[in-house]
Amino acid sequence: MTEALQWFRYHWRRLIGGATRDDDSRPYNYSSLLACGGKSSQTPKLAGKHRIVVPHLQAFKDEYEKFSGAYVNNRIRTTKYTLLNFVPRNLFEQFHRKEKKYIDRCWKDVTVGDFIRLSCNEVIPADMILLFSTDPDGICHIETSGLDGESNLKQRQVVRGYAEQDSEVDPEKFSSRIECESPNNDLSRFRGFLEHSNKERVGLSKENLLLRGCTIRNTEAVVGIVVYAGHETKAMLNNSGPRYKRSQLERRANTDVLWCVLLLVIMCLTGAVGHGIWLSRYEKMHFFNIPEPDGHTISPLLAGFYMFWTMIILLQVLIPISLYVSIEIVKLGQIYFIQSDVDFYNEKMDSTVQCRALNIAEDLGQIQYLFSDKTGTLTENKMVFRRCSVAGFDYCHEENAKRLESYQEAVSEDEDFTDTLSGSVSNMAKPRVPSCGTVHNGPLGNKPSNHLAGSSFNLRSGEGASEVPHSRQAAFSSPIETDVVPDTRLLDKFSQITPRLFMPLDETIQNPPLETLYIVDFFIALAICNTVVVSAPNQPRQKIRHPSLGGMPIKSLEEIKNLFQRLSVRRSSSPSLTSGKEPSSGVPNAFVSRLPLFSRMKLASPVEEEVSQMCESPQCSSSSACCTETEKQHSDGGLLNGKVESLSGQPLACNLCYEAESPDEAALVYAARAYQCTLQSRTPEQVMVDFAALGPLTFQLLHILPFDSVRKRMSVVVRHPLSNQVVVYTKGADSVIMELLSVASPDGASLEKQQMIIREKTQKHLDDYAKHGLRTLCIAKKVMSDAEYAEWLRNHFLAETSIDNREELLLESAMRLENKLTLLGATGIEDRLQEGVPESIEALHKAGIKMWMLTGDKQETAVNIAYACKLLEPDDKLFILSTQSKDACGMLMSTILKELQKKTQALPEQVSLNVDLPQPPVPQDSGLRAGLVITGKTLEFALQESLQKQFLELTSWCRAVVCCRATPLQKSEVVKLVRSHLQVMTLAIGDGANDVSMIQVADIGIGVSGQEGMQAVMASDFAISQFKHLSKLLLVHGHWCYTRLSNMILYFFYKNVAYVNLLFWYQFFCGFSGTSMTDYWVLIFFNLLFTSAPPVIYGVLEKDVSAEILMELPELYKSGQKSEAYLAHTFWITLLDAFYQSLVCFFVPYFIYQDSDIDIFAFGNPLNTAALFIILLHLVIESKSLTWIHMLVIIGSILSYFLFAIIFGAMCVTCNPPSNPYWIMQEHMLDPVFYLVCILTTCIALLPRFVYRVLQGSLFPSPILRAKHFDRLTPEERTEALKKWRGAGKMNQVTSKNANQSAGKSGRRPMPESSAVFAMKSATSCAFEQGNLSLCETALDQGCSETKAFEMAGPSKG
Amino acid sequence: MIRRPSAEECPTSSAPRRRRLRWWRWRRRRRRRSSGSCQGQQADPFGGPPARRGAAPRGPMAMNYNAKDEVDGGPPCAPGGTAKTRRPDNTAFKQQRLPAWQPILTAGTVLPIFFIIGLIFIPIGIGIFVTSNNIREIEIDYTGTEPSSPCNKCLSPDVTPCICTINFTLEKSFEGNVFMYYGLSNFYQNHRRYVKSRDDSQLNGDSSALLNPSKECEPYRRNEDKPIAPCGAIANSMFNDTLELFLIGNDSYPMPIALKKKGIAWWTDKNVKFRNPPGGDNNLEERFKGTTKPVNWLKPVYMLDSDQDNNGFINEDFIVWMRTAALPTFRKLYRLIERKSDLHPTLPAGRYYLNITYNYPVHYFDGRKRMILSTISWMGGKNPFLGIAYIAVGSISFLLGVVLLLILFKGRKSTAELGKLLGRPSSSASIVNHM
Repeated sequence: MTEALQWFRYHWRRLIGGATRDDDSRPYNYSSLLACGGKSSQTPKLAGKHRIVVPHLQAFKDEYEKFSGAYVNNRIRTTKYTLLNFVPRNLFEQFHRKEKKYIDRCWKDVTVGDFIRLSCNEVIPADMILLFSTDPDGICHIETSGLDGESNLKQRQVVRGYAEQDSEVDPEKFSSRIECESPNNDLSRFRGFLEHSNKERVGLSKENLLLRGCTIRNTEAVVGIVVYAGHETKAMLNNSGPRYKRSQLERRANTDVLWCVLLLVIMCLTGAVGHGIWLSRYEKMHFFNIPEPDGHTISPLLAGFYMFWTMIILLQVLIPISLYVSIEIVKLGQIYFIQSDVDFYNEKMDSTVQCRALNIAEDLGQIQYLFSDKTGTLTENKMVFRRCSVAGFDYCHEENAKRLESYQEAVSEDEDFTDTLSGSVSNMAKPRVPSCGTVHNGPLGNKPSNHLAGSSFNLRSGEGASEVPHSRQAAFSSPIETDVVPDTRLLDKFSQITPRLFMPLDETIQNPPLETLYIVDFFIALAICNTVVVSAPNQPRQKIRHPSLGGMPIKSLEEIKNLFQRLSVRRSSSPSLTSGKEPSSGVPNAFVSRLPLFSRMKLASPVEEEVSQMCESPQCSSSSACCTETEKQHSDGGLLNGKVESLSGQPLACNLCYEAESPDEAALVYAARAYQCTLQSRTPEQVMVDFAALGPLTFQLLHILPFDSVRKRMSVVVRHPLSNQVVVYTKGADSVIMELLSVASPDGASLEKQQMIIREKTQKHLDDYAKHGLRTLCIAKKVMSDAEYAEWLRNHFLAETSIDNREELLLESAMRLENKLTLLGATGIEDRLQEGVPESIEALHKAGIKMWMLTGDKQETAVNIAYACKLLEPDDKLFILSTQSKDACGMLMSTILKELQKKTQALPEQVSLNVDLPQPPVPQDSGLRAGLVITGKTLEFALQESLQKQFLELTSWCRAVVCCRATPLQKSEVVKLVRSHLQVMTLAIGDGANDVSMIQVADIGIGVSGQEGMQAVMASDFAISQFKHLSKLLLVHGHWCYTRLSNMILYFFYKNVAYVNLLFWYQFFCGFSGTSMTDYWVLIFFNLLFTSAPPVIYGVLEKDVSAEILMELPELYKSGQKSEAYLAHTFWITLLDAFYQSLVCFFVPYFIYQDSDIDIFAFGNPLNTAALFIILLHLVIESKSLTWIHMLVIIGSILSYFLFAIIFGAMCVTCNPPSNPYWIMQEHMLDPVFYLVCILTTCIALLPRFVYRVLQGSLFPSPILRAKHFDRLTPEERTEALKKWRGAGKMNQVTSKNANQSAGKSGRRPMPESSAVFAMKSATSCAFEQGNLSLCETALDQGCSETKAFEMAGPSKG
Repeated sequence: MIRRPSAEECPTSSAPRRRRLRWWRWRRRRRRRSSGSCQGQQADPFGGPPARRGAAPRGPMAMNYNAKDEVDGGPPCAPGGTAKTRRPDNTAFKQQRLPAWQPILTAGTVLPIFFIIGLIFIPIGIGIFVTSNNIREIEIDYTGTEPSSPCNKCLSPDVTPCICTINFTLEKSFEGNVFMYYGLSNFYQNHRRYVKSRDDSQLNGDSSALLNPSKECEPYRRNEDKPIAPCGAIANSMFNDTLELFLIGNDSYPMPIALKKKGIAWWTDKNVKFRNPPGGDNNLEERFKGTTKPVNWLKPVYMLDSDQDNNGFINEDFIVWMRTAALPTFRKLYRLIERKSDLHPTLPAGRYYLNITYNYPVHYFDGRKRMILSTISWMGGKNPFLGIAYIAVGSISFLLGVVLLLILFKGRKSTAELGKLLGRPSSSASIVNHM
């Protein structure tokens, strides 16, 4: 209760003073609100612009008692959420002064100045300064996926001066004062200092700050002091709060409800005036103008005034109150169907779409702008090693590629399979699907292949086990990333590696080993040139610390050998290791035995496929032998099953987990491991690599030059254990590395020449990689003499210790080191796109949705992915906006705009099109296509008030916009900008916590429930599991929901107006006295019962076009974007139709019963009945598909009406005084005229709409109507028709372009026949080569417009 | 076979509880919320407690349990939801693939409908029209506003009782039963407050309502401290002219036509809805004791007719009047002239005169009074509109059918030229024209 109150007070404060948020001078009262109470005297005080944090010193014994009582069942409380903000009441340990220990407290109780002790894998509850870490180096690793979506580890440092102490910080003795910035939302900045009691100050930076929402990793325990808590934390300040979302359609319906109110007022005024006039005529007539009870009559004026209100009561049904209830019900139904769509089901995650917002489903059908996150949304966030080039030889890793392709289906097959079989076995089988392929592909004859297979088995089975406890780490330990199938040719060359190569004096073999040396260096570089953290998979995730840190490699070698022996992990073909160390017999059998198990379960189908494929190769015999072998051992499998299980539980030596700052680093390390060059451990001084052929190598780590975006490379300086030389390994972007290669090699001309050749070849390979959308990295090395190194080190030390422009000096120093490099090779890493992403994006493009990609990633990656997912097409013109100042940004934008406009003018038809298009101009698909890339810094300028308009105009020219290096807040600002300035429907999709604010700002936020926590999902309106589901969600369900709901709303308006007007027309015949000719129960039930269910069913089940067609023809989505189903004039047409129908419905019976002896309620009965039929049949005319449910409901409505009328008419003798319906229905049922009247009225009333629909259907069908025809066709016919449709669409563009072009050239109008014939031809040729449609189109384009070269424009740096 | 999972996995599980929970869990699964966790361990967004996380039941061990669950029926804390997934049912309803009738309204498909409507409506219309034309009907206005009218003298309220006579001639004889109506126009019997001004309970013979009529009857509820017997404005304004019909035969002696008073009201009204107050014997006066007559009435309600069956509230003239007319111009059934024999017409052609006891003033609200004689058919009284409307609608729909037929032919022709109707973009034609 108090919590809610506090929350309310907090938000109230935010509401009443938006400015107070920035107003730093206000006292920080609410931090005391967040406190448990009793600490108000200890609340942090604020001095000037800074905050001072003083640790809590007060003892609170009584409180402790309270807590100890209340929190006995803490464990249960952990999963509860506070209702209002969904902050989990996670427990953490907070220092409790009195008891000299940390007690568990709730997140909500954290207050500034608290000491908090967190263990590994705990979530940080507040922003706090790191004071102690169990890591001896004073380092704490955190995972920030909760904040920025990056799932890699980041290091945080203990405050200087505290790192050295070995015991935990004693809060009791902590007497320092912390002064820091007032709370702000900048995640990348933190400034402050810690002042000891002796006035000595220690600077604090971002490196010392643990942010709320991050998770402690790889560190046993940390202690920190809270500086920002609750809503002041940076994470919360980056969250711009949820927005109440109301769908556009509903907003439009609301305005139309207002129109209805106006209509009602007009009608009531008519009634009032009419009554006044009528009364003035019959004032004295006491026959039917009954005087008041006291005998006198009221004046016409007053009576008119009263009548106004009487009429309002009578006609209030015109305001469709029930509409809102119906809308809600319809939305629930729509949501139900969205959620039960089996296409959204993701087997791997056992999840389907989640609709978290119930009231904006129809907005899905009107999306115009889509903002997407990249990592994890478009891509799988899994870096996979694909190819490499070493010493000028490309190793394309075909098996690896095959494995990646087969991965998806293999997994899904496995899933099916898990249903029926023991989980343990199938789990083991999963990672082995590709591995069996390895067995058969083994190229080195039977024996080596077996060895290899064995080792890869072990690797995998180990990982299978290691995966279990670290399901979170799926990003890094999923088999798809960790299993790299080595290239056979490269493996071949590995066999030549011997330690002899590194004997400095052995120069007997010069030429052949050079390449081998390159290979060795290449893989060593892959393994060590990184900042990967090695951790063991078993429970406490700590760094592996080998006891032999001091440098006894022999001992560790022995140990590892022993390990290998025991577990038969590694049976290298290298003679130096395998000599006499044959594995013991039992265990390897166990491994093999799993093979037949597996093949039995899989029914051998994929295996056989592979076998048949491989039979073309000469290794066929060996592979088939392998198969038979497995068959033989089949029978043993069952017996050994138990062993397998027991084995899988044991930790394996090679079960190392690599956690890297960037996922591609990890990918490279995994790749190196596949070639048995395993990174074993890493400490600040040493790197241990287990190189198969050479044994364990311990590199002395001399220096690391970490990666930065300016240099675009990183280097490690090590002392090579074999050659004892100082070696620099550099890894970086190809563009920079290539420039730094040595021009003159010291080793002589032949070597130089070779280098040149390697360089050329590698460049070729790099281009090839880039073309395939791979992320490329170059690996280079440099050997330094000790003297050179000493020289550099001295300079570097100077740079490091300098205070002024340290950054520049460091950069310079790095430049001195990283030059004259020898190129070793290059790698190609794939950030795999999620399945079906390019197709989805293409479909969304076709649907007229403009897509923006907002990512925190760097520019190159973002652009690469944009190309890979077809967000950008290769022939798009790409503009890059990257400037350092606002003015430059503005200039650049205007330049680009001018250029775009120039280009547009070159295409004549564009101009004519743009003239009548509203601002901003929307380039057609056929015309110029441009893409815009903007960096985070420039985005900041572009988002400023003065440049906003220009920026938006520029983006409106582009079919896709890529924003890289964008912060979460920028993302939301971009969305806000587009949404508010262009007045468009926006959708934001993202998977990480960094997308939360964007998701909340957009009209529709979609969360991808991926690997990065649930925050995006929690904030979203809809949660899907994969990006590809978005296309169906929008194109099918969005379209349906929109058309259904808008049609239903229109129908509701129609229904109310049509029915209420019957009452209104009657007023003209009863002296505007407010009489209703209907029994008022019928009046009430008419809307409530008899005609309420059909529109709801219509709103839920209506299907104008089938899902298949909607998916096939994304163009149909455009009708929703233009709100075609519910335009302003549609509303008025509907109302007019309602007026007409009510007129007919009233006056046809009127003329028939005119001057007869019919009484009021008997007159109302045919009116009601006819109205019911009209309203229901109107729905039938409007429905595009009628199922038995529709029929049931409609017939049920009619039956219920008649039943009610009959029963009520029979029972109600004296009830319901003025409008007693006694026996009226029964009388009418026996009267043929009644039926004739109803039929006639219904026919006349519905005729115009029916005729209009028929004419529309046959003369001017909308695209949707035409698409509807496809549902009727057989599948073959349908594909044919779809082809035609698409061809026709293209034809339109091409024809118009061609026609205009030729007209422009020849200066006279061409003969219509010829051009039409030409158009037909081109269209048919297009239709024929359906697959090459785009090709065909481009060919035609080239005929028309002169050049369409791929062009990169804009200076990259201003 | 049935092995409990480890105590660590699910500390609360015990055999009886398991049974109890089975149903609960089944429901949970039905609701597709089976998640791989114990009850207290729903996936939480911030990662959950670490100790639990480490032992997340995903591994082979957990899978093992699951496999056994399939035999067991499942322990209460079944981890993986492999067998029972959240996969939505692949049913036609849930996937919105129900077989549906998809009407496509084009010229071709609806053509028959128009012709059928035309073919059905026109004969019906003709039938109704003929029937309606065969109905004999004569209207005699006796308001008397015209000075020449015999009833002109009755306009002044001084002449009481005023009897006037109007002569008229029937050109053709009326066969079958003839209905005699009185018609009023400009009489707003449907005024809201007028319609309300009655007490159905009183009319139904409720003795308490008789003495204490409903408030709705105001100001015609009480008169001189006595409740008004049929209270309210409707009853108060009851039509009270008396109409008599005489046939002037060849001999100068006029023959009165027998007018039947009973059988003009709905049977249900007379027998169910309207009842005299209960009590005593046949003496109606006794039953209505303590009440007074409506202000405008000349005699109390129990003296409306001498026939006990047609007196008091169940007087049929009264019942007919109480059924308020829908429109300001209306007629009400007054008397029945029953057919005597098949041989003679009920009202033979000839001269008649209408004897009116003129009581009911309508002239000061511009009303008219009429006497109507009409025969009836299966469709009631004379009504030319219905037949004409049917003929008109039928013809229109037939015409539309023809128009659509033309459109269809034209469309077929153009499709033959351009290839196929399907997939033909509407704009392509315009482009060709444009060039």
